[in-house]
Amino acid sequence: MNVVVCVKQIPDPAVPGELNSDHTLKREGKLILDESDSYGVEMALQLVDKAGGGEVTLISMAPNGEVSGLRTALAMGAAKAILVSDDALAGADSLTTAKVLAKCVERAEGTDLVLTATESTDGYTGTIPAQMAELLGWPSLTFAKEVHLEGGTAKIQRQTEAGYDVVEASLPAVVSVTAGVVEPRYPSFKGIMAAKSKPVDQVTTADLGLSAEAIAPNQTIVNVAAAPPREAGEKIEDDGTAFEKVVEFLDGLKVI
Amino acid sequence: MKIWVYAESEGDAPTTATLELVTKARELGTVEAIYVGDNAAAVAPALGAHGVAKVFAVDAGGSLAGVMGAAAMAGLVEAEAPDLILFAQSYDGRDALARLSVKLDRTVLTNGVGLSVEGDSITVRSAIFGGNTLVDTKFEGAKPALAAIRPKSFVAEAGGEAAAEVVNVDTPDAGRAAEAKVLETHVEEREGPKLEEATIVVSGGRGIGAAENYEPLVEELAKLIGGASGASRAIVDAGWVPYSKQVGQTGKTVKPKVYVALGISGATQHMVGMKGSDNIIAINKDGEAPIFSVADLGIVGDVHKVVPKLIEALKARK
Ligand SMILES: Cc1cc2nc3c(=O)[nH]c(=O)nc-3n(C[C@H](O)[C@H](O)[C@H](O)COP(=O)(O)OP(=O)(O)OC[C@H]3O[C@@H](n4cnc5c(N)ncnc54)[C@H](O)[C@@H]3O)c2cc1C
Repeated sequence: MNVVVCVKQIPDPAVPGELNSDHTLKREGKLILDESDSYGVEMALQLVDKAGGGEVTLISMAPNGEVSGLRTALAMGAAKAILVSDDALAGADSLTTAKVLAKCVERAEGTDLVLTATESTDGYTGTIPAQMAELLGWPSLTFAKEVHLEGGTAKIQRQTEAGYDVVEASLPAVVSVTAGVVEPRYPSFKGIMAAKSKPVDQVTTADLGLSAEAIAPNQTIVNVAAAPPREAGEKIEDDGTAFEKVVEFLDGLKVI
Repeated sequence: MKIWVYAESEGDAPTTATLELVTKARELGTVEAIYVGDNAAAVAPALGAHGVAKVFAVDAGGSLAGVMGAAAMAGLVEAEAPDLILFAQSYDGRDALARLSVKLDRTVLTNGVGLSVEGDSITVRSAIFGGNTLVDTKFEGAKPALAAIRPKSFVAEAGGEAAAEVVNVDTPDAGRAAEAKVLETHVEEREGPKLEEATIVVSGGRGIGAAENYEPLVEELAKLIGGASGASRAIVDAGWVPYSKQVGQTGKTVKPKVYVALGISGATQHMVGMKGSDNIIAINKDGEAPIFSVADLGIVGDVHKVVPKLIEALKARK
């Protein structure tokens, strides 16, 4: 069982995001493993373990040869990584990113399953898993909150607005997993040490055989503005009677 | 301008998110819908009443709806030449949008909260950084433009031609993608109004302390004031309540008349799903919690003290 996991390395989400003057996301400073992807990494490690063989390969697209987030996932137990770092990809849209990642899956060879998060924490377009599947010509099982592999098929519980569906497809396939699907492990000290020497295959778009035309964006940001702020109203400390204020407020709105 | 809406339904009724898109689209041009399911005849009248002239009905043959919808649209685009295709930012909507973007080799814009058309050019407004910043992005290149819009970005209003014509489309060949088959469908039971449509929403967060407190604090209060109960992701991830209750970026978007947040800190990802509420009441013991920055009434206090008294007082009024 060979599993490829898409991992994004992102600026610390605890720090408020900022845009550059060309409207691309500021990505200075250290990038970290997107927490949303730690679930896919954990799931991959568990599935390979259960299958009794195979390995987990990480694929990532990041500027400046950034590997710090990858090292975290390698320390969790992934065997190796492919990193695409190319200035031509600055400001890449989701389709371009999917093209790059799909090429990485081909480069990894012999892949049975691709795992991704449902969306990244910083960009949250939420289309890349199914875009990759379409590019690879594979089925996609999206928004999985449970994943089971049996023989050559994957069966998932797929999140829906009203509950969930049980959906099945044969492998190879792309599966996107929701946060909380498994409990990601913390890298052990041994894992952290081992991660330092695990192979990271760093490539460019040219190495992947992608032309400049294939990765050209076809959208333009025309304006960026702050959303109108919502004004805060009254704030009171509870002295044991604050519930009366709430009743009064609801009464005033004629909802009770 | 010809606009397609990827229509979804719940039973025989179009989803509210679908009708919101149709209502907006009708303002901008002629509207047609792509619907995947075997009950198009039942869903079409409500679509027609909101402005859809024609419904292309696709039978998924048991495969995932979005996958088959994308294949069907790809087959129709050339002959029908839509300028813009709108999707709800939903599960099936994103599947369909993503696959179609590859088939047509078009960029996508997602998380839209606004849409404008000037002559030939189409601009989508998206909210980034959890809704703090609004970005307007214009499509370049060949039509159709593809966009996903967050629910509650527009208001659904009837007002179209009466009947929509239903045109059946053959089940398309989606290749291996069609191998993803739906085996079972589970609908979670719900009491009271639907979360996305309720006039009042009461949500609980980690501050309620434990799973067993959700019923007596959150649900009880919601029931008393005729509201729906919701949750932050923290308590969904903890397994206290099902995911269908989650409000926020990766959950539901709500815009009730009153939103009551109990023990919720107000992370940007939560706020993006409820900031549009008419009135917000927050009860949190930390006076610095970000939720207070959007609250019309903020109570700095312990939910275990304030809420039981509030419930008592409301019961006494009845
Ligand atoms: C990609 C991504 C997507 C996300 N999507 C969502 C989403 O859709 N929805 C969502 O909600 N979150 C989402 N999150 C998570 C979000 O960042 C927060 O972690 C989450 O909203 C926090 O939930 P909380 O407010 O319940 O918990 P906490 O942040 O832990 O806050 C608990 C609050 O309870 C208060 N409290 C504690 N005890 C009491 C008491 N006795 N009485 C009163 N108050 C008390 C505390 O002061 C605190 O403010 C997402 C995160 C990521 C990275």
